[in-house]
Amino acid sequence: MVTGKGGTGKTTVAAAMALALAEQGKRILLVEVEGRQGLAQLFDVPPLPYVERRIAVGPGGGEVFALAVDAEAALLEYLDMYYHLGRAGKALDKVGAIDFVTTIAPGLRDVLLTGKVYEATRRKAHGRLAYDAVVLDAPPTGRIAPFLNVNHEVADLAKVGPIRNQADAIMGMLRSDVTRIHLVTLLEEMPVQETLDAVEHLEALDLRIGSIVVNMVRNSPLDDDALALAVKEKLPTTEISKGLRSAGVAVSKELVATLLAEAHDHAVRVGLERENRDRIDALGKQVTELALLPEGIDQGALFDLAEELGA
Amino acid sequence: MTDLDVDALIDDTETRIIITCGSGGVGKTTTAAALGLRAAERGRKVVVLTIDPARRLAQSLGLTELDNTPRSVAEVNAVNGGRLDAMMLDMKRTFDEVVLAHATPEKAEQILANPFYQALSSSFAGTQEYMAMEKLGQLHKQAERTGDWDLIVVDTPPSRSALDFLDAPERLASLLEGRFLRLLLAPARGPLRLMSAGVNMAMSVLNKVLGAQVLTDVQTFVAAFDTLFGGFRQRAEQTVALLRESHTAFLVVASPQNDALREASYFTERLREEGMPLAGVVLNRVTTTHAPELSAERSLAAAERLDEADKSPLAAAVLRLHADKMHQVVGDHKRADRFRRGHRSIPTVEVPALADDVHDLTGLRQIGELLTA
Repeated sequence: MVTGKGGTGKTTVAAAMALALAEQGKRILLVEVEGRQGLAQLFDVPPLPYVERRIAVGPGGGEVFALAVDAEAALLEYLDMYYHLGRAGKALDKVGAIDFVTTIAPGLRDVLLTGKVYEATRRKAHGRLAYDAVVLDAPPTGRIAPFLNVNHEVADLAKVGPIRNQADAIMGMLRSDVTRIHLVTLLEEMPVQETLDAVEHLEALDLRIGSIVVNMVRNSPLDDDALALAVKEKLPTTEISKGLRSAGVAVSKELVATLLAEAHDHAVRVGLERENRDRIDALGKQVTELALLPEGIDQGALFDLAEELGA
Repeated sequence: MTDLDVDALIDDTETRIIITCGSGGVGKTTTAAALGLRAAERGRKVVVLTIDPARRLAQSLGLTELDNTPRSVAEVNAVNGGRLDAMMLDMKRTFDEVVLAHATPEKAEQILANPFYQALSSSFAGTQEYMAMEKLGQLHKQAERTGDWDLIVVDTPPSRSALDFLDAPERLASLLEGRFLRLLLAPARGPLRLMSAGVNMAMSVLNKVLGAQVLTDVQTFVAAFDTLFGGFRQRAEQTVALLRESHTAFLVVASPQNDALREASYFTERLREEGMPLAGVVLNRVTTTHAPELSAERSLAAAERLDEADKSPLAAAVLRLHADKMHQVVGDHKRADRFRRGHRSIPTVEVPALADDVHDLTGLRQIGELLTA
């Protein structure tokens, strides 16, 4: 499970993670549930239908399949699979029941989405598991705890019956050793706060945190001493002017002042990032850093990220 | 390409509602708060409705608790006769208030206790958007009645898509009035024979899949909620009508990234289709420099020369920082410019990026200055 606040790159990290897991001979399923077609955009393919299809071969030679789960289709599939309700399913659709169940009853929508993940995880093909791993581009941090806990809620609502049994089975899988939740964050106030909140909520629900992925990390060209001076606006002006001049830069008082001000702003930001990093480290979880890719994300960049994650 | 005159907008007493919208993470809330503060210090009586602000921003407005009530912001310069109140939206409480205001006490109690109402009011994807609009309607009425405020500044929810907040009220209303809910109500009301065979089959499937108890919960909820049905669409329509009036001004906020600009394009287009008054676009957090004459390429080349000569690593590092900055400056300007050229009739204003997050009124005042510079 890969979650993160919007804008932190959780879909990219989920895809990179699937690629990293795709070693020779392995089959990985990469699933999205938010209806955004983020995976299709990322891999630059037409919108994904509700069908598992091969989307990439990982750097290790294994295959990555992608699936965009649509709650309505999942419900019809579910009805058909468990109740053989091909025609009645259509009747339900006609009166707007499917729309109702998948839109207004958010719990049931999430039950269907987690149910599909559960099914894919356990599916057998040719005497072995159909997939060696399933990577879910999960809902954002603000919604992840209720999303994963929905089956527990359902178990409370439906005291008996097939729904109750399935809800219990899914909850069992999510809480077991096979499931890990990875949280993607940037070193900014809001994403870090949401990460801390989500970790607290998830752990209270008995769900297991895998790692915190700190995304888009930029290394500073300034060392710690220089950063400390820059924050206090005490970088040695004369020394820097001299250096600039010897590098052939047309030095003016204004230029030096601007460069020093830029170094100051940068140092302030690095300071904030470090405070945020300390808050992440205080969680005591495994932390993985991914470098900012200034040229944007394409498949090559995904491979780079997969390698960083694999390392 | 025209410039957006924000001071003219907030000084115009005909402007009674300003709505900031845009995709998540572009600085909508900060912009709304900065506008509210500036308008107040220029003499307007302002209330700012924020949704899910960053902690430090909330603190800067003195919002320490989510109590769904406007609170006066201290330390606002009131020399021009203005004032500033701020509040954070509590969507569940707002929904509860709607129920309490429109149902009899027994019915209200029944609805509030129903598990399906609880799910709807706390986690339905459109509820926050809907309740933001509901709260706006309430504040507007209060302003007209009491004269407490003459300007309401509203921030919109951090939706996946900026369009969600325009669509959510209609979506919620149509679900609540939809055929399926009517159908669920039917058994409670009587003649089952009105149902077609297909519908009967559908109901029996639901019974089988959900279990009778779940279905009963839904039916109870729907029956209790029935009194509010007409009200919901009507209220949604009233709010939408309010948004179309000329004293409302939409400000679309976008950062100079492709995703955010694309969202802003969709949004301005949609506002025009809906006949809603767009005041302009705030291009927020644009990277700027006072030394544009030193390009990224020359800056990097100079840094490399210093490295090769093994001289002044500090100057080399400062040059590298400037090169990074210039990359962003050039990229941001290219994207912002492309947006402006693609939307010539829409007034825009550029707000430079600050080094630090805003965490006090001084920071908000600074943003206000930049918005009107």
